[in-house]
Amino acid sequence: MTVPALTIENLSVEFATDRGSLRAVDGVSLSVAPGRTLAVVGESGSGKSVSALAVMGLLPGSARVGGHIALDGEDLLALPPEALRARRGGAMAMIFQEPMTSLNPAFTAGEQVAEALRVHRGLAPAAAFAEAVAMLERVRIPDAARRARQYPHQLSGGMRQRVMIAIALACRPRLLLADEPTTALDVTVQAQILALLGQLKRETGTAVVLITHDLGVVADHAEDVAVMYAGRVVERASAATLFARPEHPYTVGLLGAAPRLTGGEGRLASIEGTVPDMRNPPPGCRFAPRCPFAITRCVAEPPPLAEVAPGHMTACWRAPLAQVLGAA
Amino acid sequence: MTPLLELDDVEKHFPVRDALGRSRGAVRAVDGVSLSVPEGGVLAIVGESGCGKSTLGRVALRLIEPDRGAIRFQGEDLRRLSGAALRARRRDMQIIFQDPFASLDPRMTVEDAVAEPLILHGTVPRARIRDRVAEMLVRVGLRPELARRWPHEFSGGQRQRIAIARALASGPKLVIGDEPVSALDVSVQAQVVNLLQDLIRDLGLTFILISHDLGVVRHIADRVAVMYLGRIVEEGPAPEVFANPRHPYTRALLAAVPGQGTAAPPLEGDVPSPISPPPGCRFHTRCPHAAARCSAEVPLLLGAGHRAACHFADTLPPAAPLREADPGGERLRRLQAFFRPPPAQTGAMP
Repeated sequence: MTVPALTIENLSVEFATDRGSLRAVDGVSLSVAPGRTLAVVGESGSGKSVSALAVMGLLPGSARVGGHIALDGEDLLALPPEALRARRGGAMAMIFQEPMTSLNPAFTAGEQVAEALRVHRGLAPAAAFAEAVAMLERVRIPDAARRARQYPHQLSGGMRQRVMIAIALACRPRLLLADEPTTALDVTVQAQILALLGQLKRETGTAVVLITHDLGVVADHAEDVAVMYAGRVVERASAATLFARPEHPYTVGLLGAAPRLTGGEGRLASIEGTVPDMRNPPPGCRFAPRCPFAITRCVAEPPPLAEVAPGHMTACWRAPLAQVLGAA
Repeated sequence: MTPLLELDDVEKHFPVRDALGRSRGAVRAVDGVSLSVPEGGVLAIVGESGCGKSTLGRVALRLIEPDRGAIRFQGEDLRRLSGAALRARRRDMQIIFQDPFASLDPRMTVEDAVAEPLILHGTVPRARIRDRVAEMLVRVGLRPELARRWPHEFSGGQRQRIAIARALASGPKLVIGDEPVSALDVSVQAQVVNLLQDLIRDLGLTFILISHDLGVVRHIADRVAVMYLGRIVEEGPAPEVFANPRHPYTRALLAAVPGQGTAAPPLEGDVPSPISPPPGCRFHTRCPHAAARCSAEVPLLLGAGHRAACHFADTLPPAAPLREADPGGERLRRLQAFFRPPPAQTGAMP
């Protein structure tokens, strides 16, 4: 078993709001090994992006963060701000959904990649720019030398996201956090970007956390999956296991809610109701109010994330779900 | 039978000027599109951003004035109507937008928002408006007591239900949904997809779904038109187009949908600029099958029932089958059955 690049233990993030405090992440534990992709799946408000921002130390000062986050064994939450800043863009990097707002419109693509190389690897300006062009070639930007001298508005959405990836990977990070990196892109460009991320991961051995709402993306591009709901991890497994034998009712519903290309039975499985108000979450299992399998215990007592099969964890009092089918 | 809506060689170009006001050509958003939708039909218009699908939807309702072509609604050319006659027609045609946070006025209660089209079109007597709003809310799965609330009190999915209630209040025959479920989370999206299907069936609506989500399209539509750079490249019955796509672009689009493994190499390059689209077949710069003829000669949309605009549509190798896996099998289907509620009774329109 390889040593994980990233280990998150019992992470919690709490925000003070004018209507009381809100615990956006509540006891999340995750780990990613080098050269592997962990997909974190969930809908808006599930806490997946907040968890990633906590790893990067990019949450606003008002956020109260608890638990442990270790990058290659080093406790990130204990680092002083300057040291954390050095890790950011160095040992770990993050790319976001909207490359236009992440890039600086006043600098060329090449200058922005070169900046990372100067700051984190101490390269001289000319050497940094030459290396930046090489990085843009590496992310398969055609005619990279010319593109390096262009500004973000002169590039297409797909090309901008390639520039972001080049910046993120410029310093050979141990960990790459990708938050919905292709959600703003067209489907043919999405396929290019995800294929590129996979190739670069295999070449560099970087550990990747891929945050997405798209289960198809997970199936194609991740080895491991964590499903989040209302601030908690509700299921963790290899991607193959999760799709073949999901053991959390939320995962089951989510898999049925996405319409299939091959058509299929009339109505989609739909999870009735909406996600809970996180200022006042249900006391037991947070999915219980929407779960067709919920029993009294689910409403009263939060289920722990427990192993249901080797390497397969689920937080459900009704697991394994075979008993639900047996009773039906 | 007369189609409910018919577009004949419709064109819409947006002039582009630089900072000094000099002409820099035009975005050829819709470039010679002909389509027809029979009464009760559900047509999906699919394509990537910039292909012109949203412009086409707005042109179809004459919310954007086309440069050329005819728009016939029940055989009557909408472009010949003006003023009161056009407004009266609008009662039969409605549109639902993508973003339910932008499409509802934050200063109008739910009741006012749903009642507005009723008042505008004089659909029901004033005294009956409140009852009618309550009835519409029930129909879209909202409790009528919520009528006095404000949009900010609702989630994205609930707001989209309100937008649907507003669109359907005047009893339209034709509804256009421009990415109506794209801004919603997957579980909520499924609820709204189910609702739209129920409403289309129960109210006998004619529906045009503009979408980039091919799964949603396959689920709702009975016909599909695929657009690329302002033109329709393929059009036909949805099961046919998905199982046996004839145009190389449709094939690439279907192959790029995630969840099918990574065996197929992704399509290279980006969509070219709609200001100066490639000559001949607009897809030839990215097409794996392109030949000399493709850059010289514009292919026509040909075929009976299932049409494709490709010089080689009849000689291309068979399309690769969709590789959508089904690892969950019977066990997963049995579990998911618990999540599939019986169809809501939305009832017939009075």
